[in-house]
Amino acid sequence: MTGSSLMQRFAPGRVIVWLLLLAGGLLMLTPLLFMFSTSLKDSADIYDLRLIPAAPTLDNYKTVLSDGRFLRWFWNSLAIATIVTLSNVFFDSLVGYTLAKFQFRGRYLVFLAILSTLMIPTEMLVIPWYVMAKNFGWLDSYWGIMFPGMMTAFGTFLMKQFFETVPNDFLEAARVDGLNEFAIFWRIALPLVTPALSALAIFTFLSNWTAFIWPLIVTTSKELYTLPVGLASFAVESQIQWELIMTGAALATIPTLAVFLLLQRYIVRGVVLAGLKG
Amino acid sequence: MTANTQVARSGGRLWQGLSLQQKQVVWAWAFLAVPILFYGLIRFYPTVEAFVISTTNWNLMSSPSFVGLANFKRLMADPVFWQVFRNTFLYLLIGTPVSLVLAFTIAYHLDRVRFMHGFIRALYFLPFLTTATAMAWVWRWFYQPVPIGLINDVISSLGFSQQPFLRSTTQALPAVLAPAIWAGLGFQVVIFLAGLRAIPTTYYEAARIDGVSDFAILRKITLPLLKPTIIFLVVFSSIGFLRIFDQVYNMTSGDPGGPLNATKPLVLMIYQTAFSSFDMGYAAAQTVVLFLVLLCVSLLQLRLLRDR
Repeated sequence: MTGSSLMQRFAPGRVIVWLLLLAGGLLMLTPLLFMFSTSLKDSADIYDLRLIPAAPTLDNYKTVLSDGRFLRWFWNSLAIATIVTLSNVFFDSLVGYTLAKFQFRGRYLVFLAILSTLMIPTEMLVIPWYVMAKNFGWLDSYWGIMFPGMMTAFGTFLMKQFFETVPNDFLEAARVDGLNEFAIFWRIALPLVTPALSALAIFTFLSNWTAFIWPLIVTTSKELYTLPVGLASFAVESQIQWELIMTGAALATIPTLAVFLLLQRYIVRGVVLAGLKG
Repeated sequence: MTANTQVARSGGRLWQGLSLQQKQVVWAWAFLAVPILFYGLIRFYPTVEAFVISTTNWNLMSSPSFVGLANFKRLMADPVFWQVFRNTFLYLLIGTPVSLVLAFTIAYHLDRVRFMHGFIRALYFLPFLTTATAMAWVWRWFYQPVPIGLINDVISSLGFSQQPFLRSTTQALPAVLAPAIWAGLGFQVVIFLAGLRAIPTTYYEAARIDGVSDFAILRKITLPLLKPTIIFLVVFSSIGFLRIFDQVYNMTSGDPGGPLNATKPLVLMIYQTAFSSFDMGYAAAQTVVLFLVLLCVSLLQLRLLRDR
């Protein structure tokens, strides 16, 4: 490294910019840090607003987890987000693949029809969905929470774009080998778009894990609440006990943060991919 | 797929008789069968249903009665609706510019930083992975008066007077908006970073050789080449702010929509009309308005940003 580029690298202006960026980043973390800090404080200590608790305790976690409600909500959210994600990964890919790689009359119409659903905000559909769920007896069930999101136009569009980059020669070769069309999709095409699949999976899981309004509408019994809905009802019940609310909020936040710390690179890449291509 | 193998077995001769092209068409429709059923039943039918319900008077118990455009007339005469309409646009008009300018400033500088780049990016990105409901309660706690709330504690220790935040008709809306901007910022930063990376470095090198200033490079090269990214983020974040709900619901529960409806957005009004008052026709009319607002705002933005 030459002297001048070293000078440039540690120029005072750049150091100040770096420090400001770091300070801003740490400021972004404040809500999370104080949430964790308060969740470790005794109810008498919460008026002491120091970040490091004077006498850290896990009592709040014991209290919140003792009656099993949070664990139940946690499993509900996990199961629902997982099933919806699997369904999206399968169906959105299948439809995206079909629209990208098959020649048939009506293809463009199907594509346009699916794409047009992106213009309809889900809030417009919650009333008809609620009526539908009520008529079919889906209220207050896993299926009732899950059914609106089993496929998405966003995911279909994303996968279609990626399948278009898969060379037709690969598929033709498999056809010559006598593979049926589903096997070609499943065993040849799908493995070629794994970056897109993981992007779709991350996005779908995250949006279902944090989903609020529809689970709030469709569930009435507490056993079927998802974590966000459960947390909201828990927080209202214990309005004044902030240390317990912060503990509940921390429990809802820890899983996604833990996954992020493990898979940081993939998640950022996946979100960028989904954001830019979708 | 199973339907297809059955067709192949029972009508084996028929299937054999098809050309490769015809077989492909059969496969394609077989793959699309369940999805078409899904989109028809779960997306298209409910869309039509929403418009139909909006022309009725219906409380879910008795059968709906047709009232034409009465719900829309009622909406136009409802002062709460206009307050809500104003709030919804305030979320958009404050939220989108503030978050985009912040995100761009951060991304622009972070893009040039090599030292601990990934770590700093992660700091900004983390809030994007949080649950809005959980964070709404954290921020609500921040805004509490002195012995409890962090922000007022800092303000008063600096010698200023306490602020009412969520209890005030003027401060409540920005106070509710703040966590929404905070949580979405990391996504925008990451997208901006990807956009900045995609600009070929040769452009910058050429400009440097010609002695163009940093600010001119930003205005003449960076911003024009970032246009697709900016268009995407403006439309994406506008739609997000127009549909704000989770934060408002959780930060103002007990007095949903804040003092004198100061924070109530359209989606919260829809929720209350439909699922607290069970006035389904009136609520559906509000969802139609939401749909039209989203449509107009997206089309307008695409138009404005493309032309320039």
